[in-house]
Amino acid sequence: MTIKYGATPSQTVGPFFHYALPYANGETLADAQTQGTRIEITGRVLDADGEPVPDAMIEIWQANHAGRYAHAEDSRSEFALDPHFTGFGRTATDATGTFRFTTVRPGRVPGPGNSLQAPHIAIGLFGRGLLNRLVTRLYFADAAENADDPILALVPERRRSTLLAQRLPGEAATYRLDLRLGGNDETVFFAL
Amino acid sequence: MTDVLAYRADDGNTHANSLSPAYGSTVRRSPSQPLVAIPHTLTEVTGPSSQVLRASLDDLTKIGTGEALGERIIVTGRVLDEDGRPVPNSVVEVWQANAAGRYIHERDQHPAPLDPNFRGEGRVVTDADGRYRFLTIKPGAYPWKNHHNAWRPAHIHFSLFGPAFATRLVTQMYFPGDPLIAIDPIACAVPAAARDRMVSRFDLDVTEPEFALGYVFDIVLRGRNATPMEDKHDH
Ligand SMILES: [Fe+3]
Repeated sequence: MTIKYGATPSQTVGPFFHYALPYANGETLADAQTQGTRIEITGRVLDADGEPVPDAMIEIWQANHAGRYAHAEDSRSEFALDPHFTGFGRTATDATGTFRFTTVRPGRVPGPGNSLQAPHIAIGLFGRGLLNRLVTRLYFADAAENADDPILALVPERRRSTLLAQRLPGEAATYRLDLRLGGNDETVFFAL
Repeated sequence: MTDVLAYRADDGNTHANSLSPAYGSTVRRSPSQPLVAIPHTLTEVTGPSSQVLRASLDDLTKIGTGEALGERIIVTGRVLDEDGRPVPNSVVEVWQANAAGRYIHERDQHPAPLDPNFRGEGRVVTDADGRYRFLTIKPGAYPWKNHHNAWRPAHIHFSLFGPAFATRLVTQMYFPGDPLIAIDPIACAVPAAARDRMVSRFDLDVTEPEFALGYVFDIVLRGRNATPMEDKHDH
């Protein structure tokens, strides 16, 4: 099988994307009518020295509460689509490197073979100094399903905690996950 | 049973190393640990539809009541996959500096004028042939602080989704014959053989008489592996 055209190379999003890419309510995936358990996701993007990255853009992609993606290739009609949930969010970090999303806890989706994946949210990270998008995943530290997740199993055990969002104390279900571009506890990034 | 049709792996000769020290900002912002390769699952082969993003805007020149300053250009092309198949119904977002090399951004310190009549950002959805088209102004080169006397070549930033989370691409389009490309650490971070893929070409057929010069920029997203059926025959 020969490739006809070479793929276009990736380039940095640069420092000046803010007026073009983030959009109103891009960080809000769930409204009052969205089905499922509403959650907040927050964290900071930190560089190799632990300094905040104030000019990053973060995108998330996830299944709905039932574990169904709003996309033609997820044709599993036994899991209902939610007309109030697209599964996509986009935001920029603020001056302290902080990001925040409002969404719902995703259901489980199939993995390779007959496996089931633990609830997770795919993350794409862009920024000044990032020539390529960095891809990672958020898992929920309080999810028992993590134990047999086929993707987590590919991550060296001592680094798995970098993918586990911790629930913060308090009434609202808020989960925190920092994204570290280097240093101790560097986040695991994936090659897709 | 639920195995998906994966997208083709990177050939290793297309994208920059995340750590490219000539571009100084990469030094503290690139992972030091190797990426962990994972198989594609439904998560990677699905992605946001064109409906999740905002209404289309194909004219970057219009924001005020007057005409934007600079050299009016049409930028058009097709979004294809590596097998030459068009990628239809896919969001293409663009943004750029104005003719003087200045962005509409508070952190842009370049002492060049803003243009109240230049919008500088746009977005469209590709048609059934994968085609997109924008009307804009040729962006100016601009200085940056990466090293002494550093200038970015004129460029338009492009953001594309393609059909899946795995095909997401952010890139930059350059202009033919620009002497700054060969000394730009961001363009030159890309392997030499792939660098020209980021350079648009002038096209007289796209050019509109008495109105605007035409440039063509085709963008190629990852293609897919063989179908699962073909895979089985291979083994
Ligand atoms: Fe730029």
